[in-house]
Amino acid sequence: MAGSAVRVPAARLEAARGWRPDEAQVATALIALLGATLVVIIALPLWSLLSKSFQDGAGAFVGLRNYLIYFSTPTLFASLLNSVWVAALSTAIVVPLAFVYAYGLTRSCMPAKGAFYAAALLPIFAPSLLSALSLIYIFGNQGFLRHWLLGASVYGPIGIVMAEVLYCFPHALLILVTALSLSDGRLYEAADALGTARRRVFWTITLPGARYGLISATIVAFTLVVTDFGIPKVIGGQFGVLATDAYKQVVGQQNFPMGAVVGMILLLPAVLAFFVDRFVQRRQVALLSSRAVPYQPKPERGRDLAFLGYAISVGGLIVATYGVAVWASFVTYWPYNLSLTLKNYVFENAEPGGWEPYRNSLAMAALAAAIGTALVFTGAYLVEKLKVFPAGRAFAQFLAMLPMAVPGLVLGLGYVFFFNAAWNPLNVFYGTLTVLVINTIAHFYTVAHITATTALKQIDPEFESVSASLKVPFWRTFSRVTVPICMPAILDIAVYMFVNALTTVSAVIFLYGSGTKLAAIAIVHMDEAGFIASAAGMGAVIMLTAIAVKLAHIALNRFVFERLQAWRKR
Amino acid sequence: MTEQPFLKIERLSKRFGAFTALKDIDLEVRRGEFVCFLGPSGCGKTTLLRAIAGLDPQDEGRIEIAGRDVSRAPPADRDFGIVFQSYALFPNLTVAQNVGYGLVNRRKGAAEIKRRVDELLALVGMPEQGRKYPIQLSGGQQQRVALARALATSPGLLLLDEPLSALDAKVRVRLRDEIRALQQRLGVTTIMVTHDQEEALTMADRIVVMNQGAIEQVGTPSDIYRAPETPFVADFVGHMTFLDAVATGPGTVRVGSLELAVTGNGALTPGEPMRLAMRPEDVRTRGIAADTPNRFDARIARIAFLGSFCRAQLSPTASPGTTISADFSTNAMRDLGIVEGETRTVAFPPDSLRVFPARESA
Ligand SMILES: Nc1ncnc2c1ncn2[C@@H]1O[C@H](COP(=O)(O)OP(=O)(O)O)[C@@H](O)[C@H]1O
Ligand SMILES: [Mg+2]
Repeated sequence: MAGSAVRVPAARLEAARGWRPDEAQVATALIALLGATLVVIIALPLWSLLSKSFQDGAGAFVGLRNYLIYFSTPTLFASLLNSVWVAALSTAIVVPLAFVYAYGLTRSCMPAKGAFYAAALLPIFAPSLLSALSLIYIFGNQGFLRHWLLGASVYGPIGIVMAEVLYCFPHALLILVTALSLSDGRLYEAADALGTARRRVFWTITLPGARYGLISATIVAFTLVVTDFGIPKVIGGQFGVLATDAYKQVVGQQNFPMGAVVGMILLLPAVLAFFVDRFVQRRQVALLSSRAVPYQPKPERGRDLAFLGYAISVGGLIVATYGVAVWASFVTYWPYNLSLTLKNYVFENAEPGGWEPYRNSLAMAALAAAIGTALVFTGAYLVEKLKVFPAGRAFAQFLAMLPMAVPGLVLGLGYVFFFNAAWNPLNVFYGTLTVLVINTIAHFYTVAHITATTALKQIDPEFESVSASLKVPFWRTFSRVTVPICMPAILDIAVYMFVNALTTVSAVIFLYGSGTKLAAIAIVHMDEAGFIASAAGMGAVIMLTAIAVKLAHIALNRFVFERLQAWRKR
Repeated sequence: MTEQPFLKIERLSKRFGAFTALKDIDLEVRRGEFVCFLGPSGCGKTTLLRAIAGLDPQDEGRIEIAGRDVSRAPPADRDFGIVFQSYALFPNLTVAQNVGYGLVNRRKGAAEIKRRVDELLALVGMPEQGRKYPIQLSGGQQQRVALARALATSPGLLLLDEPLSALDAKVRVRLRDEIRALQQRLGVTTIMVTHDQEEALTMADRIVVMNQGAIEQVGTPSDIYRAPETPFVADFVGHMTFLDAVATGPGTVRVGSLELAVTGNGALTPGEPMRLAMRPEDVRTRGIAADTPNRFDARIARIAFLGSFCRAQLSPTASPGTTISADFSTNAMRDLGIVEGETRTVAFPPDSLRVFPARESA
């Protein structure tokens, strides 16, 4: 009778019950703590921004007066129009470019798809303004191709649009590749069997199938351009846009209420995009039945060569542009003395802190990755897997999804108003690394949260039930089972946080202090002071660091998760 | 003196929003008993099991386990082991670590845990497999490990939620017998959820038939099969032919112009419309004498071959519009030379027939 031999005596069970902390209470407390944290790092800063836009400089409520001033001041209103048309033009260029590229990657048999994919993703690993710096080297006053512009200046809308197209290309591409790979191969087989003409197949099957992807890519590109700060700052010249206006109002003129109004206007397209995107996502999922068969392209010489040629020119252009910036950073005196030198990397000549901003960036990115990943993953676990306190979990879920709709610049403004407020005891953190780390975590919270939630949803929901029946508290199963299983997703989150923390400019530009300037901000300052080569050098250092981290991530995935952990499914 | 029930459920209800998943459930389970919750998908079996476990607490009602009121107790205070259809094994832990998962927390020595794990793995027929990972095992083996894990802490109550539904037919039958044998050896009170009537009939001491959040009938497998109390149970467990009938006397009904005697159904009120239910396998074709009750002639309209037996559709001569299913073993088919189109004398014993009031539809 094996079963009864080791039966735990009732008395001992009772004793065990005595010292064990109450799981439900711990869970409730943790969910409450998560909610409170998200309120502080997301909700209150946004609230500060909102309320600030209805106050005068002294903090008195003035209703819509700031908005009236905004719309009746021609220079401010002009920036709004500038932002809209520049974003519309950039989007109109980048989405078709990326669509054809994505089509080649998914629907043709062109060679070296991996390399072309990687080439197109390059801009993700650099601050947005690096593409602008590059364009200055190419088309600027000393640019070797400036005559191509037929006398027009690259400083202004032309430069902004070109740089934004480069910067947004990978973001649009990722969405379009996903949309095009979600197609059902059986539709094409059916069309083939019916002898449908090639052109008709494209217009009746391919394009409708990818239409949600196209909508999504359009919205994402438009929002990225409208809310981007780095590129117009570097290459915009006298051409005002919303993002640079917000910066000028807050940093230059200390006009916080007007900065808040610009922030609120910047919030509009992003919030709109957020809702359209969620609608589109839902439809996109419904599009693909579970029995769909992925489309497998067949080799076809002419078509494959055409797409190869296209990929070489577009992918090559991207790599070349960023390559110029890296090259120029090693050049003695562009374009007159092209001998190579390391003097531009002696940042002390261009920036009082020397290499310190880079070290700050590394520290900030490492902390944001470590703390942010722990917070996001634990938070997603509490929301997704626990049963107690449903209202608290729903509230936390809502706040976790909010940053998606908030551009970095807007969140940064909110942080200025919240963490700089005299009444706020947290204002001791203003200008410290702490506030930069918190802001970065909040800025990139949503994507990380979605990654964590997706991974958690794939785990058997009964693990919690089993451990409860075995009297093992949930936090033990969390650390012993859930975290190890989700390690690849956790690493994804950490790398995502790290890379974005390195490259972001928009949110942190308002928040750094004397000893906490970041590398991406140092680029802005060196560029302002005319040290373009050093600015490009700092950009190159950031980009190479981000790429190195990504490569390490890939290596870790290949060798640890796929080879050493035998228990993982392939 | 009656024995105190091990598990006692009183007036239990559970709602999901406006939908009532369980209504007014009363149930008692004796110590050491093997009880099956049987019912169609979505009838609330899992919901009831999870309420007993405390995983999804009920809205109203009382649950008592081993004399202790646990209605509001968290799962960890309820002393049960649970096995799911999905196995729910921790993929990153070895078989031994999975089985020992609940032991580690109880401040036991490593040697003691190892001894217990080995013992359990031997118990479920998987000795020497402790170092493997779940992904390296077949479905049946994984479910054995899950069973060993649930038994590791010697719980007073074992809960099984469709443990066999994800397995191949052959493995399912084998594991079914093994689980039953194991349960009897350990004497652990067990509740198993299933939608498979054969599983319930072969494994359970008692079956709880559920329908739309309520208990239809509780009884031994033969009670449930022989004497279904509601048309739902009659229809869900085994196969039944349902016919419209009218009561003609305290123990007789008429179908068309066919008069049949029914016993064991309580007194009938003459003239009342009834539903008559008969099992195909209760048909008699041999040794029918002139005084055999409920004998009638019927034409054999259609025969379907179903492996070890054939199912024929009978059309009584006295009531040609009626169709009654009847099963004949392959032996009987051969010995008696039953063929389509012929007319034969058959009988249904009065105690094999069930009648229900006509308004209760199956
Ligand atoms: N968490 C839930 N939320 C809403 N409805 C539920 C939930 N869980 C179960 N139900 C509903 O309750 C009914 C009973 O479910 P369940 O107990 O799982 O049935 P089964 O008998 O198949 O195990 C079903 O109709 C199901 O849709
Ligand atoms: Mg179920």
